[in-house]
Amino acid sequence: MNKHYLYALSAVIALFLVAYVGTAVLGLRLIFGVLIPYLAVTVFIVGIVYKIMGWARSAVPFCIPTTCGQQKSLPWIRSNKIDCPSSTGAVIIRMILEVTCFRSLFRNTKMRLEEGNRLTYKWEIWLWVSALAFHYAFLVVIVRHLRLFIEPVPFFVRMLENVDSFFRVEVLYDAFQVGLPGIYLSGLVLLAAVTFLLLRRLVIPQVRYISLAADYFPLFLIFGIAFTGILMRYVTKIDVTAAKTLTMGLVTLHPTVPAGIGGIFYVHLFFVSTLLAYFPFSKLMHAGGVFLSPTRNMTTNSREKRHENPWNYPVPIHTYEEYEDEFREKMVEAGLPVDKPFVKPAEEPADSSAK
Amino acid sequence: MNLKARLEKHKDTIIDQWFDRVVKTYPADTAGFLKNKKDPFANPVRNNTLAGMNAVVTELLGNGDHDVIRKHLDPAIRIRAVQQFTPAEAVGIIFFLKPIIRNILKTKYPQLFTDPKFISALWALESEIDGIGLIAFDIYVGCREKIYDLKATVERNTIYKAFHRAGLVVEDPEDGPDIRPV
Amino acid sequence: MSDLPKPEEMLTIDRRPGATGWMDTPVEIKKGIACYAGNPKSLEYTGLPNPRTWSCFDEDWQLPENWQEIIHNGLKERLEKFRSFKIFMDICVRCGACADKCHFFIGTGDPKNMPVLRAELIRSVYRNDFTTAGKILGRLGGGRPMTLNVLKEWWSYFFQCTECRRCSVFCPYGIDTAEITIMGRELLNLLGLNIDWIATPVANCYRTGNHLGIQPHAFKEMIEFFVDDIEEVTGLQLQPQFNKKGADILFITPSGDVFADPGTFTCMGYLMLFHFLKEKYGLDVTWSTYASEGGNFGFFTSHEMMKRLNSKMYAEAKRLGVKWILGGECGHMWRVIHQYMDTLNGPADFLEEPVNPITGTKFENARSTKMVHITEFTADLIKHGKLDLDPSRNDHLNVTFHDSCNPARGMGLFEEPRYVINSVCNHFHEMPANTIREQTFCCGSGSGLNAGEDMELRMAGGMPRANAVKYVHQKHGVNMLACICAIDRAALPPLMEYWVPDVDVTGIHEMVGNALILPGEQKREVDLRLEPLPNVETETEGEVKEEAADE
Repeated sequence: MNKHYLYALSAVIALFLVAYVGTAVLGLRLIFGVLIPYLAVTVFIVGIVYKIMGWARSAVPFCIPTTCGQQKSLPWIRSNKIDCPSSTGAVIIRMILEVTCFRSLFRNTKMRLEEGNRLTYKWEIWLWVSALAFHYAFLVVIVRHLRLFIEPVPFFVRMLENVDSFFRVEVLYDAFQVGLPGIYLSGLVLLAAVTFLLLRRLVIPQVRYISLAADYFPLFLIFGIAFTGILMRYVTKIDVTAAKTLTMGLVTLHPTVPAGIGGIFYVHLFFVSTLLAYFPFSKLMHAGGVFLSPTRNMTTNSREKRHENPWNYPVPIHTYEEYEDEFREKMVEAGLPVDKPFVKPAEEPADSSAK
Repeated sequence: MNLKARLEKHKDTIIDQWFDRVVKTYPADTAGFLKNKKDPFANPVRNNTLAGMNAVVTELLGNGDHDVIRKHLDPAIRIRAVQQFTPAEAVGIIFFLKPIIRNILKTKYPQLFTDPKFISALWALESEIDGIGLIAFDIYVGCREKIYDLKATVERNTIYKAFHRAGLVVEDPEDGPDIRPV
Repeated sequence: MSDLPKPEEMLTIDRRPGATGWMDTPVEIKKGIACYAGNPKSLEYTGLPNPRTWSCFDEDWQLPENWQEIIHNGLKERLEKFRSFKIFMDICVRCGACADKCHFFIGTGDPKNMPVLRAELIRSVYRNDFTTAGKILGRLGGGRPMTLNVLKEWWSYFFQCTECRRCSVFCPYGIDTAEITIMGRELLNLLGLNIDWIATPVANCYRTGNHLGIQPHAFKEMIEFFVDDIEEVTGLQLQPQFNKKGADILFITPSGDVFADPGTFTCMGYLMLFHFLKEKYGLDVTWSTYASEGGNFGFFTSHEMMKRLNSKMYAEAKRLGVKWILGGECGHMWRVIHQYMDTLNGPADFLEEPVNPITGTKFENARSTKMVHITEFTADLIKHGKLDLDPSRNDHLNVTFHDSCNPARGMGLFEEPRYVINSVCNHFHEMPANTIREQTFCCGSGSGLNAGEDMELRMAGGMPRANAVKYVHQKHGVNMLACICAIDRAALPPLMEYWVPDVDVTGIHEMVGNALILPGEQKREVDLRLEPLPNVETETEGEVKEEAADE
């Protein structure tokens, strides 16, 4: 019923063909190896800056944090400093937990009534786990790739690689052991997580119902990136030195296109370029937006400290004077105090003036 | 072995199939949520509906106590009475039981369909289901009456009761906005 | 014969949409769900655009010629004015975490009541009109042009949201559907599309200070009537003060507490508390007939209307020369006070930083806004042993507490009301954890939806709440649902009547009033509802209970 994923899948397949045909058949290596990456990075940086500037330009007129715990009020009531942060420091902690642990998503607990009316709590954990796995695996993969852009390779990249490839496949036969690289866990986790997130969108009816092509596209694209990456590392065995020559050329602004790099590499690079260029115009900007979300990044002490609204403007109000003018007679009769004494109109009832 | 005893063995299948069918009366996207989210508080519709259906099948194959059926069916019908179903759609879920039971019998015991004693027992059972349908109808109408009653009296019961007790009559100012129309 | 459908085919109720996505499913304005359109007189009174007699069930909504332009410009303006709105338009990833958190989705089963989809109703137009991707890709990029059908969809679903913020608790980016609904309603109001149960209370509040349009003398008479009832209960003649200049504290509560049962009993509780404090400690509290509405239906109309109605609080406090303001039990009133009032109409530099003169407690959390919640105030008094309480007078009550959405998720007021309840009554049981505190389920009637014509929507939306009440009712014998919101007190009684008929509804200060031992009072035989107290005459109580049940 929701064919959006087909559009997204077709788009990614088309991208694959463009890159593969463009490099392997037509040999447009300069375009796909140099021009497009430069273009993509430019669009990425300019786009993100533009988008964030756009958000920053919009005002924050009111202090509207979502309070998810006890407020700070009376001294003997323990407040929840993280979920109802009343100071900037506490907000920073809330944000760190939100950004690094996806705390709100983690709140997805559910409760079940077991036999005999016993309540048990259970986390609705899979969305949280897969989201976390996805983002952290992606981060590790990106950091690992720094090896291709920095010479000499920084120590933390080496360290990370060691940890990441902890699960080395031991092959007993000497013949096979030669040249077998360690398995990077992050790449596989990324592929698994992205697959899960994709399946989740396709299988759970209400999630499929809300999904747009724009939701499937980055998932297919990242799947493509991870898949081509893994393919190069474990199957087609890319010439890493040649690849590094290209990437170092890119970062040092002396682009060179070495020979001996296969079409799959360019597909990989083209996918990454597409992702970068697509990023600022898409929901992927949630990465930046979460930091600016007023329901999370504001302090909850709105009664303690006044929040200024930059566009606060005067509005028509119904003043007490107008109110008393309208009801003075009735107020006096009812024994309510009034500011101006009530004088009975001489002839005609001055009803019209009261309006 | 009599009919009810045979069906007793397939009780879980009956309830499963029946619930599946009931869930399909909701939009597909909602149906997934109704079926899979098992928390009784996060998904009260599933919990109450399933409890009602369980009781109906248990009583249908057991004592057939109408009071028990009424008690447990009430929350399930009560929900459907406020969910934009037509009366037939709201109450009709009871009659899903007939084809479900027949199909189970047809696949498990096809030979029985030539036995006149079995056929009359099946007829009797289906009449009982009709009876339960009528109970559901009663509940449904009661719920709707309650809704109309609430619509008609919610103002009177709160605002006007208080005013009445205070002996105050609401004035209708000609020169300003109306007192809220009722 | 063979042409006739089989009986089971006749019963085929399959509402599954066929191959259509949500954008292609046309909206249906349904009776029982939709609220009546705003009375043109009310729109005129407050100067809202396009006042006319119309009905949402009509084909023609009598919109201004250039309505699409108005919406487009309105959207543009709000994207610049509200970062929240702009960010929430951009960053949703449609993960679905919010989908099943909405009481209206749970209750009605309508997929467009999933918070994410409610927001997508606007987002789709935003993409189409304001984003590069949306302009280029159109439908493929999730955009769609603003059509009459889209507008009707907005009307339908932004008046099926109670702005309760439950979804925003679960959203990884804190996307708050309340914020989206507020913007949606502002935009609708630009075309004169409001519901009457919001538009008319707004006009009434603006003119007379309360949502029913009750004039000052009648307001006073109503309170004096409570004084008579309290005299019947306690034998004491209370003397509440109105519009008194130079009083210590100005007290403002939603007018629902003055005009509608069972809020009226809560109102009696306030009166008794203030009488006690005056007699024992000389505290001088005044009511105002001008600022006689704490609730702010302007909040359900637009930010501007919220400011216009809210302005009366500070204006009256300034005119009367009080030290600070005390606020009664109300939900959205407190969201407005806590998160908006100071910004809108402050700074309140003519008031003093609130200090409880009896206990000496400085309410530091209200230092700038200078308005204190009554449960903060009462909890402080109780903690310092300043109130004489006999909780056994509430022994016939087995209480649970419904966290009202706005004090819960817009303020963080959780412990104060619980402390007060546990101090004034002996039997208290919490509802399940995922239905209270920050995860509390809405009454289903908030944000102006507590009209009569949308009763089915209210009953369906309130069902998750009622379901949790039913659980504690069956498990612990709970018979009283306490709350700190006037809309709750108006909305929960019919909700209980439909789902859990044996449970009644009360405000917290009704229970305080019952437990509070006033100096010189007579032996109490009845509670504030004039029903016999349990430990006095058990026999009559049984009879009354039965009568009540028969009704």
